[in-house]
Amino acid sequence: MRSFISHTFTAVVVMAASSAAAVPPSIVTQGNGAAVACASCHGVDGAGNPQAGFPVLAQLPPAYFAKQIADFKAGTRTHPVMTPIAQAMSVEDAESTARHYASQPRPKAGASTVDPAVIARGKNLAINGAWDRQVPPCFKCHAVDGLGVAPAFPAIAGQHAAYTVSQLQAWKTGARTNDPQKLMKAVAENLTDDDIRSVAEYLATLGTRREGK
Amino acid sequence: MNRSVGYAFCVLALGGMLGGCDKQQPEPKATEAAAAKPAGGEQTGFADAPPDGAAVDSAKRPAAFTPPAESKIPQNEYGEMVLLGKNIFTNTQQHAKAYVGNGMNCANCHLDNGRKADSAPLWAAYVLYPAYRQKTRQVDTIQSRIQGCFLYSMNGKAPALDSKEMTALVTYHYWLAKGAPTGVKLPGQGYVKVAKPALTPDMARGRGVYENNCAICHGANGEGIKARGEYAFPPLWGKDSFNWGAGMHRVNTAAGFIQANMPYGLGGTLSDQEAWDVALFMNSHERPQDPRFKGSVAQTRDKHHDENCLYGRTPEALAASIERKAEAAGKAAAKPATEQVEAYSPAVSH
Repeated sequence: MRSFISHTFTAVVVMAASSAAAVPPSIVTQGNGAAVACASCHGVDGAGNPQAGFPVLAQLPPAYFAKQIADFKAGTRTHPVMTPIAQAMSVEDAESTARHYASQPRPKAGASTVDPAVIARGKNLAINGAWDRQVPPCFKCHAVDGLGVAPAFPAIAGQHAAYTVSQLQAWKTGARTNDPQKLMKAVAENLTDDDIRSVAEYLATLGTRREGK
Repeated sequence: MNRSVGYAFCVLALGGMLGGCDKQQPEPKATEAAAAKPAGGEQTGFADAPPDGAAVDSAKRPAAFTPPAESKIPQNEYGEMVLLGKNIFTNTQQHAKAYVGNGMNCANCHLDNGRKADSAPLWAAYVLYPAYRQKTRQVDTIQSRIQGCFLYSMNGKAPALDSKEMTALVTYHYWLAKGAPTGVKLPGQGYVKVAKPALTPDMARGRGVYENNCAICHGANGEGIKARGEYAFPPLWGKDSFNWGAGMHRVNTAAGFIQANMPYGLGGTLSDQEAWDVALFMNSHERPQDPRFKGSVAQTRDKHHDENCLYGRTPEALAASIERKAEAAGKAAAKPATEQVEAYSPAVSH
């Protein structure tokens, strides 16, 4: 009920936004000369691209978003494509981009073709965790709807599965280390590969649950 | 409202044995613990209980108890009541709204929906009642114990003994305790008792521990953090937190919870000293008044707070009081002779 209403409302908001309402900053739509347009990979709406592995950026808390750009610049987070782009972004670019994507509704999830048993296993981990293995539920920190808790905890609901898998693996192996207080490292280290795939597939099934704000 | 992140402050309810200040529950005997038998054919109960009749000196380390899996909740009227109890427990804000006066949920302090050992698990609490408690000076049933949770940890009002909420909560407790021996203090009951710190717990060190480990979730001022209007992380002090009568307001109780469980995924990583320091810091702040308040803070303190807490006393006075008690070991604890702090809330600000 509520989600139907919210989906409808979201659709209206998206249409309004794409026509007239908030104008995306030029860094998003055109880049700044040195940095390519964010939208070329992540879309103006921040929906990303699951096939290419570009993550959803919509509704990330602005502070979290800005920190990621700053970390790419500083080298405390690395990615062959994002690092040079971030280095070409000013602080103002990062902030305006962060504000823009935070205001975009989380994209709707497509129909999942994944084995329902995998989804169910992931759902259980996201909601209940596995405390006997020191694994708290995803939703303890990323909010009960998985849409994050500003300023530090990003939205994870609706993220593309391949991206979630890549990041959890990166924390687990130590390739990504910019989580505050090693909170994600601590969790990822206790996840099996099956856990990671299951939870990523489950999170990918979660679409928008509320209007963009 | 606060859909799943819950903070359940029924600390009092379960925490009976936590600290030196609590004396309400009976110590189990070795024979009682050894008498525990595996729950036949079920996945609950004791994983490696001793063979029948084996005399094992296991009072200190009996086998761990495992409550039934959530997927085992029966699909019938009884199961529906278990489920309602679980829902109240995890989202008290929504399902027992009328009885809650703050921003907490039961599951905030009883992690894993009341299942986690060393987080005051419900299965361990259930089998210890009825019990005489110093706090209430009467024999409490599990129901009256749960009423205490609502009064103090939830800063609300007690559901009637025959209310649907109470029936549901007790049913959930009972179901989680399936196969557990009655009257036995199970391993993992309550919160851990953190070893006496090498250094007297200190506010400044505690603030540092808080800022480095806790503030990211609970906010710079202990106010908790909301997402979409609901608490995603619970307030640790202030008007929406547990009140001065809750078990978690004791420094020793909070240290035990924190050391074993905080931050999420990193339980056991804070040192004993850090746990004591940050517990002192957390519990030095303002919070809702003790509902037993009568007359003055000093009178209320003297009547109800002869324990490791900062109700109506400064950290220095608390430290002095603990030292005096240690010196008078074995004798009746001396009343802390501290200055009266007359205020609405007995917190001493630092």
